[in-house]
Amino acid sequence: MRTRDAHPARTAWLIVGGLLATMLLLAGCGSSDSSSSTSGEELQKVGKGEGSLSLISWAGYVEPEWTKPFEEKTGCKVSDKIAGTSDEMVELMRSGQYDGVSASGNATARLVEGGDVDPVNVDLVPNYKTIFSDLKDQPYNTFDGVNYGIPHGRGANLLMWNSNDVKPAPISWDVMLDPKKAAKYKGKISAYDDPIYIADAAVYLKAHQPELGIENPYELNEEQFEAAVDLLKEQRPFVGEYWSEAAKQISAFAGGDDQVGTTWQYQYFELKNAGKPVAASPASQGFLPKEGATGWSDTWMISSEAKHPNCMYMWMDWIVSPKVNAEVAEFFGEAPAQSLACEQTADKEFCTKYHADNPGFWKRVYYWETPLADCGNGSSDCKDYNDWVQAWTSVKG
Amino acid sequence: MRLSRRSTLLLRLAIGVGLAFIYVPLIVIAIYAFNASNILEWPPPGLTLDWFPKAIESPSVHEALLTSLKAGLAATAIAIMLGTLASLAVARYRFFGRETISFLVILPIALPGIVTGVAISNTFTQVLGVPLGLLTVIVGHATFCIVVVYNNVVARLRRVSTSFEEASADLGAHTWQTFRFVTLPSLRTALAAGGLLAFALSFDEIIVTTFTIGAGEETLPIWIFSRLFRPNELPIVNAVAVLVVLISIVPVYLAHRLTREEGGVAAARGGRIEGGGVETEATAVP
Amino acid sequence: MGHRLAGLFHGRPRLQISGLLAGPVGWLVIGYLGSLAVLLIAAFWTVDPLSGELVQGLSFENFETLFNEPVYRDIVKRTVLIAALVTVTDAVLAFPIAFYMAKVASRRGKAILVVAVLLPLWSSYLVKVYAWRTMLSAGGVINWALEPFGLSGPGFGSTAVWLVMSYLWLPYMILPIYAGLERIPNSLISASEDLGASPFTTFRRVILPLAFPAVVAGSIFTFALTLGDYITPRLVSNDQFIGNVIFNNISNNLPFASALALVPIVVMIAYLMVARKLGAFEHI
Repeated sequence: MRTRDAHPARTAWLIVGGLLATMLLLAGCGSSDSSSSTSGEELQKVGKGEGSLSLISWAGYVEPEWTKPFEEKTGCKVSDKIAGTSDEMVELMRSGQYDGVSASGNATARLVEGGDVDPVNVDLVPNYKTIFSDLKDQPYNTFDGVNYGIPHGRGANLLMWNSNDVKPAPISWDVMLDPKKAAKYKGKISAYDDPIYIADAAVYLKAHQPELGIENPYELNEEQFEAAVDLLKEQRPFVGEYWSEAAKQISAFAGGDDQVGTTWQYQYFELKNAGKPVAASPASQGFLPKEGATGWSDTWMISSEAKHPNCMYMWMDWIVSPKVNAEVAEFFGEAPAQSLACEQTADKEFCTKYHADNPGFWKRVYYWETPLADCGNGSSDCKDYNDWVQAWTSVKG
Repeated sequence: MRLSRRSTLLLRLAIGVGLAFIYVPLIVIAIYAFNASNILEWPPPGLTLDWFPKAIESPSVHEALLTSLKAGLAATAIAIMLGTLASLAVARYRFFGRETISFLVILPIALPGIVTGVAISNTFTQVLGVPLGLLTVIVGHATFCIVVVYNNVVARLRRVSTSFEEASADLGAHTWQTFRFVTLPSLRTALAAGGLLAFALSFDEIIVTTFTIGAGEETLPIWIFSRLFRPNELPIVNAVAVLVVLISIVPVYLAHRLTREEGGVAAARGGRIEGGGVETEATAVP
Repeated sequence: MGHRLAGLFHGRPRLQISGLLAGPVGWLVIGYLGSLAVLLIAAFWTVDPLSGELVQGLSFENFETLFNEPVYRDIVKRTVLIAALVTVTDAVLAFPIAFYMAKVASRRGKAILVVAVLLPLWSSYLVKVYAWRTMLSAGGVINWALEPFGLSGPGFGSTAVWLVMSYLWLPYMILPIYAGLERIPNSLISASEDLGASPFTTFRRVILPLAFPAVVAGSIFTFALTLGDYITPRLVSNDQFIGNVIFNNISNNLPFASALALVPIVVMIAYLMVARKLGAFEHI
């Protein structure tokens, strides 16, 4: 038998010590690696395609049905990375390896601030003209008057319930946010699993506690923020499941685990088509609970390090062309951004079901934005996204 | 070992419970692969055979499978190389820090995959300026696969007497010749067992892969992950999983046959004292 | 050429050792530990709240948050507790199976069992977790099977995480114990029996002490894999584990994520040092 080192533990400590020493050394003399922000110029003319295109998207936005014809038409071979959350999209975009992303409003400002995306010259996107006008020049796609993307589609976060178990039909979010009422459905409430869900509580408080003075549910000062977070902490014991993937919520409602919750149109129609007893706010209430609701509006943005900018511009035009935008919207289950898409949907009722051409519906929807310290009114005492992330961790516990 | 009737019965019962625990979920997966509905309910509302042809024909499954095979084979090859080198040093030499090597080798599998994944991806993209892709996945997988090869080979080397190697050297063989014709043949089954386990680890890895894979590439687990949350493709995922298990019976069985002389795959990992096979191989050296 | 190169190493043990170790040690120390160090120094940085840019420099702010916010303490405690429970559960479940495989089963039975235990390693981790999700759901198999007896399953939550993780990592416990038991010479057991020890005494005084390092070796896998997983908790519970919080912070607050990552790293290094003392490293 060969001899062992006198103290095996000593060598292990050597590793740990060495690791720590290196870390401290590197931390101390941390010279910054040049910031990636290269104030981008927008493209002036779409040239010849570069032969390929790499995208980050939500699942269902980049599918062979409409990428194959795009590849044939432009010669840009599409590769796609599916992201599960807005955070993941930001993380992936920062790697600088992608040409573009279908970002939701809670990612766009972070991408613009970080210099990860370039402005978009909308003149180079002919189909932009016929996009629903209430999607243009919005705070989540336009910064300091500069367009940073092409609207793709939108959806609202609906209130959905199991019509066999939840009676009478709720007309307010209080069924899941007012502790007295929510207690009735203890363990059967389904809430969205993301820091951005704090805004849902803010929308509710905006209507129920006007003295807080909440204007925009994404711009919350200390007091407003605390109130929203406390409300969610009170809700916590009643929540059956927090969902972040559509399929997770569908299985929870189908399996009877959850009876009432916040949802996307997609899950609602998927469950309804499977013959499940689900209901959502009816037309008589404008399809939304009385407080209104949060929602999302997705935007195609171009990376500031895009290696295939021409292909990206061709893609942005392609994806909002009437036929393709209709296909995507129906595949994913959202309202198309392209007004002409409504004539192209396979289901002729589609745009009506998803309220695509109903501006009144969208007026009551607060689209996701990135919470920033800058409140938009000159003061910068609002809670930023890191505070939202931390608070969300403490809500879930 | 001599056991009473009652102990044997109890033991059999424990095995039954254990195997039921292992196999009931797999059976459930198999049943859902025939589920007629997109929504997973129990019991399934109806049965269909549609998903298997869809899974077999899907081009994205083929591509993902190919990527997984490439990543797994390359990572296994690297792990075999590095693991064997390290184990030769540890088992055949004495040097300062020898005891640390096993600590070092085991660290990548003991630390959370998310830490390993982010660290490797950061280094490649930020420090080296290399874009993420199949290469980074292979590097990540190889790093945590070294340990299984290393341990198999170290265990084997400790049990194979060094006298053959000494004899070979005395007869004038070079270091390389000794390794090639004496040491390596005695390691064959240990390498097969370690390599198979390394490949299995790589083939099903998801967390490190998530952070190291490049734009537009999918390994099979990544493919599954992205489909898992889209109800209309869920049954195909179950069908793919069933197919993979069925296909994997072949390599598992072959590996078992290959190492049966020594009492099975896992025995080769820690094993018992063996002799005969090694001797015949060693004497076969010209 | 190869021969001449080999000749260079002949009779030079130092050169041989360096040649053997250059690859693996270079890979693991410079490549792996170096990458870890680069990531973990970020734990001492902060993020500028306005621009979101990293502020590099020595700050202990992240560690203060980590220690002062009770929620992180709870999450760490929960994660370590579940990891320990999973480890104990797997050891208890694995031992009889491994024992039967190594010492009782016929050659044929052994072959079947080895394949049976290895096979689940090839079925996708994700699919298995998702299958458990459907099994545990209110209308799932478990409730369906228990209903006639007036019982119901655990539903989603920490219990579910414990159950699913125990399931996932069980083969990683069986294999080292099986290999460890195979190493115990049958003659030793016979000797104990011939000297009059009851099967139970033989088990307790001979087999268990000799197999213990192998159990510890298996526990490294079950403990470590539970400690780092973030996908299983997300699918079968509302509870957060260390992995979830690291994952949630990576894109917007890398420094805090790095500080969090140090927790499982420290826990695992301590665990490995104890495991090595117990002789587990030779059984992995």
